[in-house]
Amino acid sequence: MLTALILMPLLGAALIMLFAQGENERSANEARYIALFTTCITFFASLYAWIGFTPGTADFQFVEKHEWFAGLNIGYTLGIDGISLFMVLLTTFLMPICILCSWESITHRVRAFMVSFLILESMVVGVFCALDVVVFYLFFEGMLIPMYLIIGIWGGKQRIYAAYKFFLYTFAGSVLFLVAILYLYHAFGTTSIPDLIKAAPGLPLSVQKWLWLAMLASFAVKVPMWPVHTWLPDAHVQAPTAGSVILAGILLKMGAYGFLRFSLPMLPEASHVFAPLIFGLSVIAVIYTSLVALMQTDMKKLIAYSSVAHMGFVTIGIFAFNMQGIEGAIVQMISHGLVSGALFLCVGVVYDRLHTREIARYGGVVNVMPKYAAIFMFFTLAAVGLPSTSGFVGEFLVLLGAFKANTWVAFLATTGVVLGAAYMLWLYRRVVFGEIVHDDVRTMKEMSAREMTFFVPIVLLVLWIGIYPKPYFHAMDASVAELVKQSMPEGKR
Amino acid sequence: MGDIHMSSLYAILPELYLGVMALFLLMVAAFKCKTVCNAMLSGTLFTLFGTAFFLWPHLEAKGLLAFNGMFAVNGFIAFSQLLILAAVALVVLISSGWLKEDDGKPSEFLVLMLLSTLGMLLMVSAADLLSLYLALEMSSLALYVLASFARDNAKSSEAGLKYFVLGALASGMMLFGISLVYGFAGTTGFSALATLFSAHEAVSKGVIVGLVLIIIGFCFKVSAAPFHMWTPDVYEGAPTPVTAFFATAPKVAAFALLARLLLQPFGALLDQWQQVILFVSVASMIVGALAAIMQTNIKRLLAYSSIGHAGFMLMGLAAGNAAGVQALLIYLALYIFMSAGAFGCVLLMRRNGQYVEDIKELAGLAQTNPRNAFIMAVFMFSMAGIPPLAGFFGKLYVILAAVGAGLTWLAVIAVITSVISGFYYIKIVKIMYFDEPAKPFDADAPFLLRAGIAIAAAVTLLFFLIPTPLVTQAQVAAEALLK
Repeated sequence: MLTALILMPLLGAALIMLFAQGENERSANEARYIALFTTCITFFASLYAWIGFTPGTADFQFVEKHEWFAGLNIGYTLGIDGISLFMVLLTTFLMPICILCSWESITHRVRAFMVSFLILESMVVGVFCALDVVVFYLFFEGMLIPMYLIIGIWGGKQRIYAAYKFFLYTFAGSVLFLVAILYLYHAFGTTSIPDLIKAAPGLPLSVQKWLWLAMLASFAVKVPMWPVHTWLPDAHVQAPTAGSVILAGILLKMGAYGFLRFSLPMLPEASHVFAPLIFGLSVIAVIYTSLVALMQTDMKKLIAYSSVAHMGFVTIGIFAFNMQGIEGAIVQMISHGLVSGALFLCVGVVYDRLHTREIARYGGVVNVMPKYAAIFMFFTLAAVGLPSTSGFVGEFLVLLGAFKANTWVAFLATTGVVLGAAYMLWLYRRVVFGEIVHDDVRTMKEMSAREMTFFVPIVLLVLWIGIYPKPYFHAMDASVAELVKQSMPEGKR
Repeated sequence: MGDIHMSSLYAILPELYLGVMALFLLMVAAFKCKTVCNAMLSGTLFTLFGTAFFLWPHLEAKGLLAFNGMFAVNGFIAFSQLLILAAVALVVLISSGWLKEDDGKPSEFLVLMLLSTLGMLLMVSAADLLSLYLALEMSSLALYVLASFARDNAKSSEAGLKYFVLGALASGMMLFGISLVYGFAGTTGFSALATLFSAHEAVSKGVIVGLVLIIIGFCFKVSAAPFHMWTPDVYEGAPTPVTAFFATAPKVAAFALLARLLLQPFGALLDQWQQVILFVSVASMIVGALAAIMQTNIKRLLAYSSIGHAGFMLMGLAAGNAAGVQALLIYLALYIFMSAGAFGCVLLMRRNGQYVEDIKELAGLAQTNPRNAFIMAVFMFSMAGIPPLAGFFGKLYVILAAVGAGLTWLAVIAVITSVISGFYYIKIVKIMYFDEPAKPFDADAPFLLRAGIAIAAAVTLLFFLIPTPLVTQAQVAAEALLK
């Protein structure tokens, strides 16, 4: 089942390479349709996994296990629980949207683009399904190749610098994680995640601390946390729209997911020791990057900085070590994936028309694109965390959890919410409201049916999570409760 | 002493076959094909496969000594010899096109390669410091000639001379080391040395000095820093097929022999030599990572990259246990495919029949020739150690061995240098994929060259699907060495 989810996009990529030959309009169209079809099928297949998922248990489900490296106890093991289920769904949900939004904006080397995207999808699904650290690492790193190409080939003017920066930052972080993995293997003779969760908390604190820091190097870059977030604005701004959506929507979640899957349950004592560090860095991220976002003149950069701030909430929630905090963090991850993805799509829509991301070049867009203004308004409010949108559920729970753990952190993080409202609404005002100052804004066309198609499902989902999040909590409750138990240090259990 | 036993002849049957065939092909070259013809090419490949065929049973062989303890046969030796043969066969495949250009190069090229291979096979199976030295010289002499094979090219002559002078210096040091060991230990046989050192707690300083000199000699051969100075010049100057040969087969031979030497006769002196190997390993990884960044010639870049890889392999050796040897063998096996494949791609860089070597010439290859660009990118990402490509698993195994031996700090240095070297590997990908296309390369490539590259690429790309045969065999070999 899960192997099929990983293989389907690869199969699509193989189909494109086999059948869409040559660089012409026809082969480009074939590539687009094959990619769209494959990602849709993968999405439905993952929905099937949700239906077949049994809530109320913290066990891993749909487990597959195969021998892989003879002699070493490394197996090809897959499985999902209530936490990874939603990460997989988020991935497969955003992928068809990415393909749709690059339908017209990607015009050269379309086949290669679609192939890279499908390979990327397979890697990302693999990361969230892996139950073996080496398998996890394989997908975690392997994903660098397609993403490097996506930023470097189809990106903006500074794409090469951004691609290098993205690649080297992430690579540097994850190799230390590799050493930690191998140390764990050396200590316990297994790379299976469930086994390590049982065994690793027994390590002495001094060792745990080093391992925890090695893992932090990898996950902090991915999340990204202040001060290693600087690759993100570059990568976001330079990547094509679909690339930004995937970066913000999914790749950032891998870091947070890593904390949930490795740092907390495997190294609980060290996690508690370092929780103040995480709180400190997250609060800085929330406040500082919000202030930086206020000053941006480039729309994409603004949203990129807002991502850093929103991910700061996620890390605060995770290290609150209680149900509300962690569930809030997961909902915030899903919500941020949808909302910031949608905001990048909003930028993409106007960028396709005027080919600039500078805020000052717009203004008065509401006069020519009313539907667009409505949709953009909706996602702006969702990003701010208006009640009845998914952003509210996530932020509220995180703050609640944080308040239980540390009142000051909750207080400081809440100021970030206010700042968030400031920069988002100000962005909206400058782009959409006001008089039309630039003549070319008048020529902008209203959104096409294709563009509407990819916004509607996101709007519905954001509302669903915002108004009735129970099905989500129902599926993740047991896993999160188990995680909270595991993350308690030996003495307090 | 006494007469030669049949078992001795059986033990060196593969080498015997290879030697006879090489001499036969020399006759063919002298009287029939002055320049490389299809018969010579297929004869060479046939010889290599035949040798592998005779070697195959040795994989299972219980350790056995031949010619009064001059040569040994066991699973480790047979495995390394098969790796050498695989590397040579790959190099023959990718050089086929070059060999037939300009009315064909002289046929002696292939004969020299076979003779050098013979030297390497003997080298790996040596069980005495003297047979070791003789075999090493046999393979080196042929390599000196190969380096300066393009006689009318100044760079190639320079490469040959440099390689010869520095190689001779290294051989001299090694010989001096051997004589010191003999002087202080009183024997040159591997097993006698092993018994001697494990029996005595303290060893004399002379033996240690001798051992260090021998290791230095080997470091020259595997181009490990700080004895790597000849590598970039020789790699750049020698004709590309010769460079591909230098980068693969002799490395396997030297590493296999070094592993045997350090773990069998000098196994009891682990504390003494481990420090030396650790230093050389760290130095090679750092030099390989930093010095390659500024290179503009692809062959020089690959030369520095091979220095970095040598550092990684030495890391497996530094662990000094079965896991380390297994890691070393796996790394070597995957490395020969990546390296030969990468040099094969360099041989595809041809414009109007002229070879170009500047990295800039690769610009926009992804648009002018997507397939070649993809294959080159596979080799580059694999060398950088990005999963799921083969190079990652080589690194995984050596780092695991280092961590297992308590050398976690070394593992950390290794991964940091691999990030730094990641920079220049992805630079090549960047040039091929992101830059504006330069003039396209010649589209035609000989079948055998394409076949060689395809084999190397398939192994690099798909190793992760079926890793078990190689991994298990390497484990058996490592255990055969250390039992």
